[in-house]
Amino acid sequence: MIPRPNIEDVKAIGYYLGKIILSLAATMVIPFLLGIFLREPSPAMDFMVGIEVSLILGLILTKVCFTEKDLNWMQGMIVVSLSWVAAMVLAAIPLYLSGHWASFLDACFDTMSGLATTGLTLVRDMDHLSYSHNLWRHLIMFFGGQGIVIVAVSLFVKGFSGAFRMYVGEARDEKILPNVIHGSRFIWLVSIVFLVLGTIALGVTGIFNGMKPFNAFFHGACIFMAAFDTGGFAPQSQSILYYHSLAYEVITIVIMIMGAINFKLHYHVWNGNFKEMARNIESRALFVSLIITFLITAVGLHQTGIYPKALVLFRKGFYQLISGHTGTGFQTIYAQQFLCDWNNLAMVGVICAMALGGAACSTTGAIKMIRVGIIYKALRQDLKRIILPDRTVIVQKFHHIREMFLDDKMVRAALMITLGYLVLYAAGAIIGMFCGYPFLESLFESTSAAANVGLSCGITQVSMPAVLKVTYIIQMWAGRLEFMSVLTLAGFIVAAVKGK
Amino acid sequence: MPRSINKILLLGFVLGITAFYNNGYAQTVPSAELISRSREYDGKTVVYQGEVIGDKMARGKFAWINVHDGQNALGVWVPGEMALDVRMTGDYKNRGDIVRISGIFNRSCQEHGGDLDIHAQAINKVSDGVKIKEKVSAAKARLVLVLAGISGLIWILIRLKKR
Repeated sequence: MIPRPNIEDVKAIGYYLGKIILSLAATMVIPFLLGIFLREPSPAMDFMVGIEVSLILGLILTKVCFTEKDLNWMQGMIVVSLSWVAAMVLAAIPLYLSGHWASFLDACFDTMSGLATTGLTLVRDMDHLSYSHNLWRHLIMFFGGQGIVIVAVSLFVKGFSGAFRMYVGEARDEKILPNVIHGSRFIWLVSIVFLVLGTIALGVTGIFNGMKPFNAFFHGACIFMAAFDTGGFAPQSQSILYYHSLAYEVITIVIMIMGAINFKLHYHVWNGNFKEMARNIESRALFVSLIITFLITAVGLHQTGIYPKALVLFRKGFYQLISGHTGTGFQTIYAQQFLCDWNNLAMVGVICAMALGGAACSTTGAIKMIRVGIIYKALRQDLKRIILPDRTVIVQKFHHIREMFLDDKMVRAALMITLGYLVLYAAGAIIGMFCGYPFLESLFESTSAAANVGLSCGITQVSMPAVLKVTYIIQMWAGRLEFMSVLTLAGFIVAAVKGK
Repeated sequence: MPRSINKILLLGFVLGITAFYNNGYAQTVPSAELISRSREYDGKTVVYQGEVIGDKMARGKFAWINVHDGQNALGVWVPGEMALDVRMTGDYKNRGDIVRISGIFNRSCQEHGGDLDIHAQAINKVSDGVKIKEKVSAAKARLVLVLAGISGLIWILIRLKKR
């Protein structure tokens, strides 16, 4: 018998959801002020509407559902999954009011894409978008990358154990520091220090590239946020191709890799433990996976003959690959070129890279390197069991911050999540094929959406069917939250309907 | 050959040359076609027209401009003196110059790291860029005021209840 959720459940969920919505309203003040500063009155009003609607909703929820009780696991998970849906809708208000999105669904698509750090976009005439709207697109990526709950926990919550439950619900099952609030603040510290350094590096490069100083630093900040949070939005429609600059590409590669590294690893490197970088199972898995997927892509590109010089092949092939592997989605080729100029093998290399993703407890999506490493170790352990005599005691260890023993529980969890992602990639591809797109293109776009990458081979367009837009939104949402909180929400709804 | 025919041929040639320099005869190729049929156009002279958007980025004696034809923006590598003709570039507050470019199309430019680009040989300005007048919608302004009233009222009610 499933117990029906009681009023206390609803109140706790509503109260903390309200707090998170209020924090979203506070973040909208940043683009609003930029709009005032740059004399963009209409965009400033778009943000004013967004702030007011969020304030009204947040105030009502926190008042009506007021409670002093802490969240339990189920409530924490539901708050997280609902927060992402609420943030998607509320953050879409200023975008939709700008007139650059054909429908509210398209605006929601872009906000979920931003929050989930995907980078697929349905914006029209992006090259004439206001600075404030452009900043908002990148800010939601920055907040989504850190985790919406992290924003609320760091800024608005004084301290409660429910914070950890929401933190886990946002697919961060590793604590950086014993206190989750201190951990969240560390994530902010790292992100803001890198934001300043990255913006300066990209801004100065932009000036040397011939950009106007204001534009150079504005683009620098936006591109940093999109790269470090492995998001992939860019201020111009051509993505990184707009800059025509090797230096820009190199800097963004460095930032993308930093964004794909576990924050826990950042913490150790931050404290001078550089050896951890080389010993960690995730770094090793990422290194091996990069080599294998790049080899596949490079052989494919060599077969096409489009890049006859090795250096050019490396520059184009590696950039799209690392962008896919880290889950960023920056492109230095046009979307249609994947189909017209690249062959199937090269595309398969990128699809594999996208499907695997970066490190756990980073801003990347997808299966993630820790799980790839654990599955590989489990396979090795099973092979040893078959080969070695029965009486041999086989112990498999791996290094992740400390030496750890591989146990069946870990392997089961890794395999379950991996299976979940594979099903998600396949489901999106099948729906894509139902909509009339060929297999490989459907699989490419579906993997890109579900793994929160953002590379596109051209399917993601304003004209694509609404059912596919909704499919990709769900994929981005479920992929970013790693299923658990989304499944808990589904269970909660079932319990509310069928429970006794 | 009679002299009159020679004259007609000469006139035709002169008109043809004039038309070529005005680019009146050449059909512009849309960016979508250049990208999707890049193999066919690779290394050929094409005519491409669109709005200059973003920054005009000087690189030594050359400059990069990005030209948007309504579907995609393509990078165009132009000699510095030609880039001087481009005065206004498109962004939120400006509609950029509309230019017609004649140049060599590269599917994968070996000089520029494999970029799909056009190396301009001639640029003609079709029309000057203009400032975009920003319209503030009255309906939006009313919505801001109404929502401000509602949120203010809720806030006051909450404060009163707390007392």
